[in-house]
Amino acid sequence: MSTNGHDDTRLNGHGLTLAYDQRVISRDLGVSIPDNSFTVIVGPNACGKSTLLRALSRTLKPADGEVHLDGKAIGSYPAKEVARRLGLLPQSSVAPDGIGVADLVSRGRYPHQGFLRQWSAEDEAVVTDAMEATGVTDLADRSVDELSGGQRQRVWLAMVLAQQTPLLLLDEPTTYLDIAHQMDVLDLCADLHHNRGHTLVAVLHDLNHAARYATHLVVMKDGAIVAQGAPEDVVTAGLVEEVFGLPVRVVPDPETKTPMIVPVDRRPQRA
Amino acid sequence: MSDTLSKRPGPARSHAPHGTVPVRPLRGRLSFLARPRTLAVVLVLVLVSAFTLALSVSVGDYEVPLSAVPAAIFGYGEHLDVFFVQDTRLPRALTALGVGAALGVAGAVFQSLSRNALGSPDIIGFTSGAATGAVAAILAFGAGRLGVSLGAIAGGLITAAVVYLLAMKNGVQGYRLVLVGIGISAMLSSVRDYLMTRAELTDALGAQIWMIGSLNGRGWAEVAAVWIAFVLLGGVLFAYARRLRFMELGDDTARGLGVNTRSTQIVAFAAASALTGAAIAVAGPIGFVALAAPQLARRLTRSGGTTLVGAAAMGATLLVVADLVALRALAPTQLPVGVVTAVIGGTYLIWLLYTEWRGGRA
Amino acid sequence: MALRAPSPPGPTRARRVARPTGLLLALAVLGGCVLLSISVGSKAIAPVEVWNALVHYDGGYDHDVVRSLRVPRTILGVFVGAALGLAGALMQGLTRNPLAEPGILGVNSGAAAAVVVSSVVLGVSGTALVWPAFIGAALAAVAVYALGSRGRAAATPVRLALAGTALAAVLQGLVHGVVVLNDFAFDRIRFWQVGSLVGRDIEIFWQVAPFLVAGIVLTLCMGPSLNAVALGDDLAASLGARIPVVRALAAVGIILLCGAATAAAGPIWFVGLVIPHIARIITGPDQRWLLPYSAVLGAILLTASDVVGRLVVPGAELEVGIITAIVGAPVFIALVRSRKMAQL
Repeated sequence: MSTNGHDDTRLNGHGLTLAYDQRVISRDLGVSIPDNSFTVIVGPNACGKSTLLRALSRTLKPADGEVHLDGKAIGSYPAKEVARRLGLLPQSSVAPDGIGVADLVSRGRYPHQGFLRQWSAEDEAVVTDAMEATGVTDLADRSVDELSGGQRQRVWLAMVLAQQTPLLLLDEPTTYLDIAHQMDVLDLCADLHHNRGHTLVAVLHDLNHAARYATHLVVMKDGAIVAQGAPEDVVTAGLVEEVFGLPVRVVPDPETKTPMIVPVDRRPQRA
Repeated sequence: MSDTLSKRPGPARSHAPHGTVPVRPLRGRLSFLARPRTLAVVLVLVLVSAFTLALSVSVGDYEVPLSAVPAAIFGYGEHLDVFFVQDTRLPRALTALGVGAALGVAGAVFQSLSRNALGSPDIIGFTSGAATGAVAAILAFGAGRLGVSLGAIAGGLITAAVVYLLAMKNGVQGYRLVLVGIGISAMLSSVRDYLMTRAELTDALGAQIWMIGSLNGRGWAEVAAVWIAFVLLGGVLFAYARRLRFMELGDDTARGLGVNTRSTQIVAFAAASALTGAAIAVAGPIGFVALAAPQLARRLTRSGGTTLVGAAAMGATLLVVADLVALRALAPTQLPVGVVTAVIGGTYLIWLLYTEWRGGRA
Repeated sequence: MALRAPSPPGPTRARRVARPTGLLLALAVLGGCVLLSISVGSKAIAPVEVWNALVHYDGGYDHDVVRSLRVPRTILGVFVGAALGLAGALMQGLTRNPLAEPGILGVNSGAAAAVVVSSVVLGVSGTALVWPAFIGAALAAVAVYALGSRGRAAATPVRLALAGTALAAVLQGLVHGVVVLNDFAFDRIRFWQVGSLVGRDIEIFWQVAPFLVAGIVLTLCMGPSLNAVALGDDLAASLGARIPVVRALAAVGIILLCGAATAAAGPIWFVGLVIPHIARIITGPDQRWLLPYSAVLGAILLTASDVVGRLVVPGAELEVGIITAIVGAPVFIALVRSRKMAQL
């Protein structure tokens, strides 16, 4: 992975110092997102993974360094131009009271609309398609307030999908969902990556999910990137112990043959 | 899941958001979503306010028959009819319409920016600051009409700016804006109460009436002032209407969609503040229109978000109706219209909360 | 309340020692404030004379000032301050809502409306006005609380504030409507509207004293129940707390405290809001300590503000309600700024 300025991936950042007010989270961070990858950022709580994602999506302006999108500094694009290339699903989204599902999904068309073109036939086709792809078509006329957590997350995904961006950035898309809905959302992400050719960057909590779904894994600790690469190369017992402080065994996932971690049993020997 | 995914959308049924109709004139070169329900609501509100306007021009100690009103508005008909309509009643009613529309739009913008029904100028300290500025101008400096208006605008703008700055910390968050506003309002209200106790009774009474908000004796100068402000500043806000709807999704989401959140916040906040200031300068801090009108409009239109047009129509209707009530309820005594908006608006809000919370929704 | 609920876990060792010591210290400070309040004023009276006035009353002018002016306002300050501090702590504990406060619950506008209506319509005057104030304050508090906690969801800050704002608007409208038609009522209400410890007849205090004392005692006994409620209704019920009983008793406490305090001193903002927050910094979340601290700190704030009001403008006095508002608002804003969303 190149760490100098010559980086021909669509999305990358170098020499990034990331901070909230005076609180510095990361210093001199370099990362590039391989094109057409499903990149997953993992790490313990408060390691700066969401902060990195926010910087990549220009919601957080780096205190130092620059994020590049398609060869140019991301800050040099007009806001709508970025939004046509890069979609973001943040952790904190607010659905206004009483908004309908189709209405919310259609908000994703904003970067493609203008004052005189507020709802073209193309907008409508794309929204319909996005709802189809995320399986929320039947919910179209419902109010977002009435939906379950899993349904709601799919609606938000549909909204980002309607943005029709080659790059999708997802901040913890599976949080607060039960295991079935988590798998649902991840399968959907894998489908978007595999069948629709999106480049995905997601922050995930669960290392096993990350190892199973990612094509490229970025492991962070204390604001720095500790390791990155294919999950098979990155996920080792040594690394997990180093990063999470948890002794584990790494075994092949019986389903997918990707690495799977199993915590070492630390209880005293039972009879 | 993977089953539904593998199916590529064939001739699936097309989805415009619920309750909207796509309209694409000029072979799709123009396109937008019409909301029939919103249109209908606005139409009804316009009719109601037009009828109320005609009624308030017609009734009074000197009755102008409704049938004679249209002619009298344009200067035809009996001399006295024309005098009452053109010189006193019409400007007053038009001021009510303009002030109501201005307050409705400004309130909707504030609520949108703070993502909070309580984010209206009444709560975030603007109204309170304007009232304090006016009372100080009257009681401390003995100011006349113009001075009072200037005092009110200055008080309102300064207070709004202070509240906004104090609420800022990693960006402005709605709840913080509201809470800081409540704090500042309470402090200002006690400053006002203090000024009131130190003044002569007649001065204090004058300040009190001004503070409640009144349309008594408003003429064509006020009509011009409020409508010019509404067209200019309201125009800016209507141009920002779409962006404001996206601001309601949260800052990060809005930015992710390509909305320039910082500039939207600043421009919209400044324009809405100036519009509120203009309305207050003309009529005093009339309470509750800015809070209630957008809420009523969004519930009636069921649009799942703020509608500026709806809020403007609702504000105008509310105020013109309230003013008619203020004029006639205890005739010949004229109540300040602020008394009526507070009682009507407050009662309606209580009823609204009562029915809404019955279902256990937060 | 015979209810026993576990106290919140893990008060540190330091805090276990600090809390009783701190309370004693606070009481000492209150004592100092009381002494200052009796001896300081626009009329300079030597400390010896003040003492004589208290123990060897000779009926002279100075003694009269001390006995009939300073002592009553000091007593009033201590009790009203304690009541407001407690009322705030009780409301915040009960609703798990850091913004709950007598003022936000519409207590002040309820009392004002009742005072205006009864004096104009029913011709009530003088000390008898204390009863409409009491009833108006109590009814407003109950109405806002009932509206705010309607349905299954809890009374969140926004809901209570909305309900309070709506009711206050209606009542204020009523007051304004009456006062613009009636100069006499306006003259009365403009003085009533500024919370103050002077110009209120000591008779008023004696009338409301039983209610104040009952409210203070009742509330101080509710610490353990409120600790249980702090964990959420469901968990509290599973710990054996009888939620409806607790809520009913708390409502009685709030009515007694707010009604009596507002009747005695007029609307005083921010004491009920700010004091429990300050107390919480010292005591942590344990209501058994929070309540007494709130009472003592509230009394300190009100008597101290009253003394400051006598000194700040030479030759004149600032009403205590104005001082607390000007002191309280910045504290409140600082609190709002320092808190995270989750804690609201």
